Amino acid sequence: MVRDPKTIDMLTRDYPYGFVTEIEEDSVPAGLSEDIIRAISSKKNEPDWMLEWRLRAYRQWLTLKEPTWANVHYGPIDYQAIRYYSAPKQRGDGPKSLAEVDPELLRTYERLGIPLAERELLAGVAVDAVFDSVSVATTFRDKLEQLGIYFCSFSEAVQKYPDLVQKYLGSVVPYSDNFFATLNSAVFSDGSFAYIPKGVRCPLELSTYFRINASETGQFERTLIIADEGSYVSYLEGCTAPMRDRNQLHAAVVELVALDDAEIRYATVQNWYPGDNEGRGGIYNFVTKRGKCQGVNSKISWTQVETGSAITWKYPGCILMGDNSTGAFYSVAVTNNYQQADTGTKMIHIGKNTRSTIVSKGISAGHGQNSYRGMVKVLKSAENARNYSQCDSLLIGDKCGAHTFPYLEVKNSTARVEHEASISKIGDDQIFYCQQRGLSAEDAVSTIINGFCKQALQELPMEFAVEARKLLGVSLEGSVG
Amino acid sequence: MMLRIRNLSASVDGKPILRGLELDVCAGEVHAIMGPNGSGKSTFAQVLAGRDTYHVVADELSFQGRDLRQMPPEIRAREGIFLAFQYPVEIPGVSNLYFLRAAVNAVRAHRGLPELDAVDFMSRARDEAKSLGMDDAMLKRSLNEGFSGGEKKRNEILQMKLLEPRLAILDESDSGLDIDALRIVADGINTMRSVDRAIIVVTHYQRLLNYVVPDRVHVLIGGRIIRSGSKELAMELEEKGYGWLEEQAAAERSEYKPGAKRKRDSAQPQENPQPSRKVS
Repeated sequence: MVRDPKTIDMLTRDYPYGFVTEIEEDSVPAGLSEDIIRAISSKKNEPDWMLEWRLRAYRQWLTLKEPTWANVHYGPIDYQAIRYYSAPKQRGDGPKSLAEVDPELLRTYERLGIPLAERELLAGVAVDAVFDSVSVATTFRDKLEQLGIYFCSFSEAVQKYPDLVQKYLGSVVPYSDNFFATLNSAVFSDGSFAYIPKGVRCPLELSTYFRINASETGQFERTLIIADEGSYVSYLEGCTAPMRDRNQLHAAVVELVALDDAEIRYATVQNWYPGDNEGRGGIYNFVTKRGKCQGVNSKISWTQVETGSAITWKYPGCILMGDNSTGAFYSVAVTNNYQQADTGTKMIHIGKNTRSTIVSKGISAGHGQNSYRGMVKVLKSAENARNYSQCDSLLIGDKCGAHTFPYLEVKNSTARVEHEASISKIGDDQIFYCQQRGLSAEDAVSTIINGFCKQALQELPMEFAVEARKLLGVSLEGSVG
Repeated sequence: MMLRIRNLSASVDGKPILRGLELDVCAGEVHAIMGPNGSGKSTFAQVLAGRDTYHVVADELSFQGRDLRQMPPEIRAREGIFLAFQYPVEIPGVSNLYFLRAAVNAVRAHRGLPELDAVDFMSRARDEAKSLGMDDAMLKRSLNEGFSGGEKKRNEILQMKLLEPRLAILDESDSGLDIDALRIVADGINTMRSVDRAIIVVTHYQRLLNYVVPDRVHVLIGGRIIRSGSKELAMELEEKGYGWLEEQAAAERSEYKPGAKRKRDSAQPQENPQPSRKVS
């Protein structure tokens, strides 16, 4: 247990991504109404079916109440004060290649360490960059198209691949799913779309980089990934936002569909602005993510490293419909200063011999509050379902908290469900031991934390695992000294 | 003089543990610190390594001519002080090898040496581990996690060998070892003896000193070194126990007057204006 007061005082953190890009934005007025939704839809030149879907969602949303069951506390959100659409002004029809993208935007992504220039071929990552409400650039498209892989912004998919979008949009997270997902369905502006055709193994990591820039604006992106029979894709999203002292709302929806023998690995490194060390500002990250293992032998895994946001509310889950399908959830969630996280997963076993694995690592420092909330549901049809859950919490200092809320619902007696949980503290003795071997106190903490998170971090694609380790170090910098 | 200690006192939560300890250690020497339970041996080892749980006051506490009190623990380590812990700490998920390499490279960087790459380090670590009867699997396991008592002690010796300290402090590295393991650990310590290195062996029993023969033996009782001698002193203790010395120490303490300056102190100007001794 860390007792040293100087240790706990050093709880400050620098957020290196907190700058604002000066760029002219095209936006709609603040507030939410059918007119605003029509305006967003018409700006995007959407077909009628898309507008109708949004309006149905909006009407549904009007009947819903904001959920209060999560173990997080925040003041009321004024949904009429938010601007629901904001996009960098485009010259003419929008960029056809990177050369036409506003250089100010390219510089922004460079500062964030996201190479949009395709000459960075060695990185082996195709990036879709979403800036406020729209996608500004997608790299490596030609290369992917040769393999029949569609990877583009969601808006573009609505125009170019309407059949796929209509078939799968809302098939995993229906527009009526929950308050924030329904809001997203009404006002979502952009996001990424990926389709991997039958039997194709996507040779690149697909990646979306989300950036909130404009103030008083919500970001409502929507991502849809479809892996057709026997295909494979690994996907990563990253997120940052400028430092502002007002809270900003981010309510995204991600839907994944895996058909027979397909595999989707979805990784998130979430580093939205967390607020300052007094708890002012920061992003409200209220996100609905769900994958459907629709086909037999299909696999979906969620790996998340959540270090940012003032409040995180997200439960990436898997619906295991296909027989022998597998779902996995590996999570590292850090709360420092006044951050709050209520995060976990839902594993719904429907098919026979379905398997799920949950590994959750929560780290609380400062005044951070970290809750794991996970549901494992085994339906009657799920013969021989297996689940293994492990939830570990690590506390740094004595003003933070860790909470675990596991829910188990088993309706088939052949199921085997295991749950393990632990709570530990970083000890002064562990830090001293590392220091005695020549490591600084900060390196000691980062070594101990990385050890604690190892099981989850090793699920990340290699190049991002390195990034994530660094991010963990930065997020907890100064929390022990 | 490698280590020079004058009138060292240490307390925890106002409770004095070390009371005016004096010790000089030169490069090339092996010193044994012996004493009964609760005499302050482990505290002494931890204070030298820089544990901040203790409130430390001293007239002098210097290592290679530099004031140790100004150095945080990691700087002491990089300057060459190594402590083999009595109870090595477990760090889950951090592989032994990874940790060892991070430690060695931290020390090397401080000395202006280039980092060892993973391959070079691996082969060195393997060789040293083998000499201590440790197999490769132990290098890959999480640091000290699930290690037996004996494995932990060997692992400390392995770290010492790889870090090549100038001053090694071994805190009860012999406790809980069977006779074969004791020999291996003792051999490990003996290979570290050299003209430019000092070793302080903290132990309850004389048996380790059969294998690691000390140049000086000190008896620590009640937070002070009350007797020093050659290796024969250890034999005498083995025979007679600590009782006779404890009585002597108690007698000395009752003669000791609070606030009175000791003879040696009065012979030279006092540099430290603060009261240098906590009185019990």
